[in-house]
Amino acid sequence: MPGLYRDEGVVLRTIKLGEADRIVTVLTQGHGKVRAVAKGVRKTSSRFGGRLEPMSRIALQCYRGRELDIVTQAETLEANRVLREEYGLLTHAIPMLEAVDQVAQEHEPNPALYRMLTGALRALGELRNPVVTSAFFWKLLSLEGIHPMLDGCARCGHEEGDDDAELIAFDLDEGGTLCRGCARGGGWSLSFPALDLLRRMLGGGLNGVFAQPTGPETHEVEQLGIRAVEHHVERRLRSTALL
Amino acid sequence: MNVYEGVMQTLIDELGRLPGIGPKSAQRIAFYLLKVDALDAKRLAHAIEEAKDRVTWCRRCFNISEGELCAFCLDERRDDHVVCVVEEPRDIVAVERTGEFRGRYHVLQGAISPIEGVGPEQLRVKELLARIPEEEISEVILATNPNIEGEATAMYLARLLKPAGLKVTRIASGLPVGGDLEYADEVTLGRALEGRREVS
Repeated sequence: MPGLYRDEGVVLRTIKLGEADRIVTVLTQGHGKVRAVAKGVRKTSSRFGGRLEPMSRIALQCYRGRELDIVTQAETLEANRVLREEYGLLTHAIPMLEAVDQVAQEHEPNPALYRMLTGALRALGELRNPVVTSAFFWKLLSLEGIHPMLDGCARCGHEEGDDDAELIAFDLDEGGTLCRGCARGGGWSLSFPALDLLRRMLGGGLNGVFAQPTGPETHEVEQLGIRAVEHHVERRLRSTALL
Repeated sequence: MNVYEGVMQTLIDELGRLPGIGPKSAQRIAFYLLKVDALDAKRLAHAIEEAKDRVTWCRRCFNISEGELCAFCLDERRDDHVVCVVEEPRDIVAVERTGEFRGRYHVLQGAISPIEGVGPEQLRVKELLARIPEEEISEVILATNPNIEGEATAMYLARLLKPAGLKVTRIASGLPVGGDLEYADEVTLGRALEGRREVS
């Protein structure tokens, strides 16, 4: 039918609109980021009230509008209930949604991003491991084409193993690690365990990362990941304040 | 572009600043106000002025109040040991309409919203914690909205309150009376099943 389309997607955020409506932002598989009005969704009698909450993976049907589409049907595919019902998991899931909301473009399909988000939400619920969020941030940057340089100095090009090339900092502008000499000019300090964790995260060793117990380096990588995403999207990720 | 001049445009502009009122609605209301009896318009202006001058927050529960304490805090027939925690003063009205609750209230004046950057420190959480020993509260009912923000707030408060040895309860989620089961969403129906009770 003209004007109508169906897709599946993950609800990224909702904003109250008028008396009982909401604007829902959904990352869809085939239509990119979509913003649509869900009418009457705040009323207890709403047919899809509980389905259009952030983190839900839904099958939806929308009517194309000029600026905002209109949700005409929604069905739950994956409610991700465990993420909503545990404070620690919720505060780690929402920053992923916020980062995706910042990165995704409206009506530009990005199946890889969609797969990564659904996978990360599922992994967070199953593993209950907060490292999923930091791994997601770094993988997101990599997907955006900003794969950090971790094997040498991003400023002077010294490779690890060269004299005086111990990597001790990370520079967001350079997009990689800095050697001792270049780190004098700035950058965020980076311990060796954190660098090692980051390398394994981005080098295909994600399962091993999730299996290991969390330590100070986990927090270090998480904080650096937040800063790197914020640097990329050029705004603060507000939801990370509750991490 | 401003079509009207002077006070008329000022009135339209001011009305247009109200939530949910667009320029067209503002214009319609402004013309309505011009048409109504002068006394009616003055009564409205007076009501707004009075409300702004006299309505404040209750010192104890942060509901709206015309004095230091609101009507619910002043009512001596209410149970002092049970407190129902809600997000907004409007929610008190909803709970009161049920006629099922005779305890006290505490208004948080919002909910934790990670995506909006609203944390517990922006809510009346500290004040709630202070009330517990002071008023010998034994049960706290968490009646925040059943959405992400409300759930996050309830979970956060439960984590804070439970170690104090209190009974912390959450209002149930379930199907609206008069609704059809087939239209219920999976989360609501799942919770309704979880919270089922034996029929006596």
